[in-house]
Amino acid sequence: MCLGIPGKVVEVNFIENWAIVETFGVQKKISITLVDEEIEPGDYLMVHTGYAIGKIDLREAETTLKLWEEILLAE
Amino acid sequence: MLNNTRDPALEQKILSKLPSLAEKASRRLGRPPVLMEVCGTHTMAIAKSGMRSLLAGNLELRSGPGCPVCVTDQEDIDKMIALAGLPNVIIATFGDMLRVPGTGSSLEIERARGAQVEIFYSPSDAVLFAARNPAKEIVFLGVGFETTIPAVALGLDAAIAQNLRNYTILSSHKLVPPVMEALLGDQELKIDGFILPGHVCAITGRKAFDFISGKHHIPAVITGFETVDLLESIYLLLQQIAGGQAQTINGYTRLVREEGNKKAREIMKKYFETADARWRGFGLVPQSGLVLKKQYSFYDAATRFPLQVPASRPLKGCACGDILKGKLTSPQCPLFAKKCTPLNPVGPCMVSSEGACAAYYQYEWTAK
Repeated sequence: MCLGIPGKVVEVNFIENWAIVETFGVQKKISITLVDEEIEPGDYLMVHTGYAIGKIDLREAETTLKLWEEILLAE
Repeated sequence: MLNNTRDPALEQKILSKLPSLAEKASRRLGRPPVLMEVCGTHTMAIAKSGMRSLLAGNLELRSGPGCPVCVTDQEDIDKMIALAGLPNVIIATFGDMLRVPGTGSSLEIERARGAQVEIFYSPSDAVLFAARNPAKEIVFLGVGFETTIPAVALGLDAAIAQNLRNYTILSSHKLVPPVMEALLGDQELKIDGFILPGHVCAITGRKAFDFISGKHHIPAVITGFETVDLLESIYLLLQQIAGGQAQTINGYTRLVREEGNKKAREIMKKYFETADARWRGFGLVPQSGLVLKKQYSFYDAATRFPLQVPASRPLKGCACGDILKGKLTSPQCPLFAKKCTPLNPVGPCMVSSEGACAAYYQYEWTAK
């Protein structure tokens, strides 16, 4: 039930609070009402039942992966 | 960048570190560690990855009360089914609920008998449907955890803004932290670490689960849904167990913030308030449910369509309750893969696409 699908923002409308996101080539209009962060095309959103529940922080993803590479090397 | 979280080489690297870490943890515990996931989407991801059998002997991965459909109390399911039988009512639901057996029927059976049951991907679609069908009463079945509840609240928000008079919610919504507290209070159950639900935490924030390590001294890691994410969380849990430490770590920082999603929590609070709720397998869990506030009782299907259902009977022989508490695993249920299969499910854990039994049956069980 808590399935989230990441989607890449193609278009965003702040007045009507929606964005078009693309996942595996499929585009879908979703609500961005719940997101309290800047959104621009190219960003990734986590989508659940038609609503973005948060923005995926790509820099954070990169930092985490680097950290893991280091942890695994250190052992 | 996100593709890197699906990197098989990284999966292998982390996986190769786990047996020796598990051994250290086992030495400390005097037995192999038992880790529990409390999210149906994690249940599916774990089953699909095959990691349970790869790690068998080193540690045990067990499912908890993570599937909202599965934890819904039998009486609540019977009420949903009874509502479907009312004239002029159309049930609007997420697809998972359709085949869940009640005491004597299911929504699917009622639909075959002529009841109107519509499946929606989003609550906002159900609201559009209500606007197009003003002569019908649309009852939306509110089933889900913190991840889903804000969407249901926003659906209601839209219905009220459009002044719809024919849209109501039957709220069986449930909260994860209170049931974790119930789980941790069970002295029989020995869980050594928790894999926490990433998307629930995106709403609640990491802090909401701090009590697991703070109060109960059991390590917990918030985790995403890729195989790499899950392996990382197991690594971090084993490391803590081996070192005798307990922290609630955010391992899903690309989505989960310390404070969670405030806007989502505000919309939940606008329409819902906490109440004691019944969970399958657990019984009454204090303040673990969300019901509509009194001032929105016009939109509350429980108030608008009060129904007395005959006493609900437990499903005969079904071990779903014990499986949801982590006391049994699916293959230990005498009905599993015999009387109870995805085609002929006895209990909700075999019905829901995220149920522990359905996951086990689909990905991990082989007929002897």
